Amino acid sequence: MSNHYYNEEDLNKFGKIGEFQKPLADKFFSWYNEVFGEGALTAKEKSLIALAVAHAVQCPYCIDAYTSSSYEKGYSDAQLMEAVHVAAAIKGGAALVHGVQMMNKVKEISM
Amino acid sequence: MKSLLAEHNKLSIAGEQIDILEHGSSGDYSLIPFQQKLEESNLYPLKPTVISTFQINVGKMCNQVCKHCHVDAGPDRKEIMTTETMQQCLDVLAANPSLQIVDLTGGAPEMNPNFRWFVEGIKKLDRHIIVRCNLTIIRANKKYYDLPEFYKQHDIEVVSSLPFYNKDRTDKQRGDGVFEDSIKALQMLNEVGYGLEGSDLKLNLVYNPAGAFLPPSQDALEKEFKVALKKDFGISFHELYAITNLPINRFLDYLLQSGNYEKYMEKLLAAYNPMAAANVMCRTTISIGWDGYLYDCDFNQMLEMKVDCKGKHISNYNAAALQNRDIVVNQHCYGCTAGAGSSCGGAVA
Repeated sequence: MSNHYYNEEDLNKFGKIGEFQKPLADKFFSWYNEVFGEGALTAKEKSLIALAVAHAVQCPYCIDAYTSSSYEKGYSDAQLMEAVHVAAAIKGGAALVHGVQMMNKVKEISM
Repeated sequence: MKSLLAEHNKLSIAGEQIDILEHGSSGDYSLIPFQQKLEESNLYPLKPTVISTFQINVGKMCNQVCKHCHVDAGPDRKEIMTTETMQQCLDVLAANPSLQIVDLTGGAPEMNPNFRWFVEGIKKLDRHIIVRCNLTIIRANKKYYDLPEFYKQHDIEVVSSLPFYNKDRTDKQRGDGVFEDSIKALQMLNEVGYGLEGSDLKLNLVYNPAGAFLPPSQDALEKEFKVALKKDFGISFHELYAITNLPINRFLDYLLQSGNYEKYMEKLLAAYNPMAAANVMCRTTISIGWDGYLYDCDFNQMLEMKVDCKGKHISNYNAAALQNRDIVVNQHCYGCTAGAGSSCGGAVA
């Protein structure tokens, strides 16, 4: 066992999760690959969405994978950073909008 | 920036590069041998199919010094094909009508002082000519300004490098100002009829990744290039070839210096595609070096791995021996079999 939770090498082992439960893994990867193929959105656009979501869910594996994928597909440094800002803005906004709930409660219980 | 040779970099010695490809920079790194992957695909020994293309490297001199260059070309390289060797190539072409395509490369092939004479000689033999033009050569000096017209007169297919449709990535790989000059050169080619829809004057572009990664989908990238170049600069072209960088010369140097070598090789291995392996360009091509020696491809040429058969020089060309030879492979060959594959004509699978 390693002495830390995240190992870069583990990203390459993702496909091996089927060793413990193959039918579900097969279904997941089949669906996953179809999701990221060309569709109504391009594979390139989907990479950038995935990069933003990766930051929102703070998954180091996903950040590694979708930074590479987005850069390889041609997004500029500035475009990548703007996608991260979108993720950050949604996360920040999601926290802040609960301020309304706080205000409502204060108004409910205060004189 | 200078060539590795001018800098006396140890990678300018082909044997040093082969040693790194086989054992890594530390000497204890090993990857599954390429030969083994071919065996698993029932492709070893790799044999030619029909040899139809002569890819001739007329010299290593170039007006650019690109960071990814597998030739280690540049203004300081003085290796130039002589007219004597060119005449030997013409004699072989005349005697072998199945060699229908002549692909001229370098360096900047146009910098060979006998380039135009050679093109005229090939044209007299009625062969299809491809010139690998780096674009900026057209703008480098007044004596090259008429190149688009020269290409047109000889019905040459122009294949030009343009790493990306914006300045940032292009200049990062090829040097400051290259993007701007390339755009002007493309506009000059369009002006004489190259690259226009329905035109027989073929203008194809080449994309190379500007870093330690593989090219994305060639089709998707071609669409993006077409939209962006048309919208921003009014430029048209026919096809985009997405080519993988092979770990040779300056790209190998970049991989080692940036600590990406092992990961890049593993990426190539993970993307090995038997379909691409079956269609590699070395099965249809003979590569000729500036000094007349024969190789299976331009990459083997840079690693000084000559053809493994009788007649290793253009002066004693042996068509039957070349047709029956085993193609020489090593670890760099993973670059041509990754993903959709890579050749001088782009994806192969």
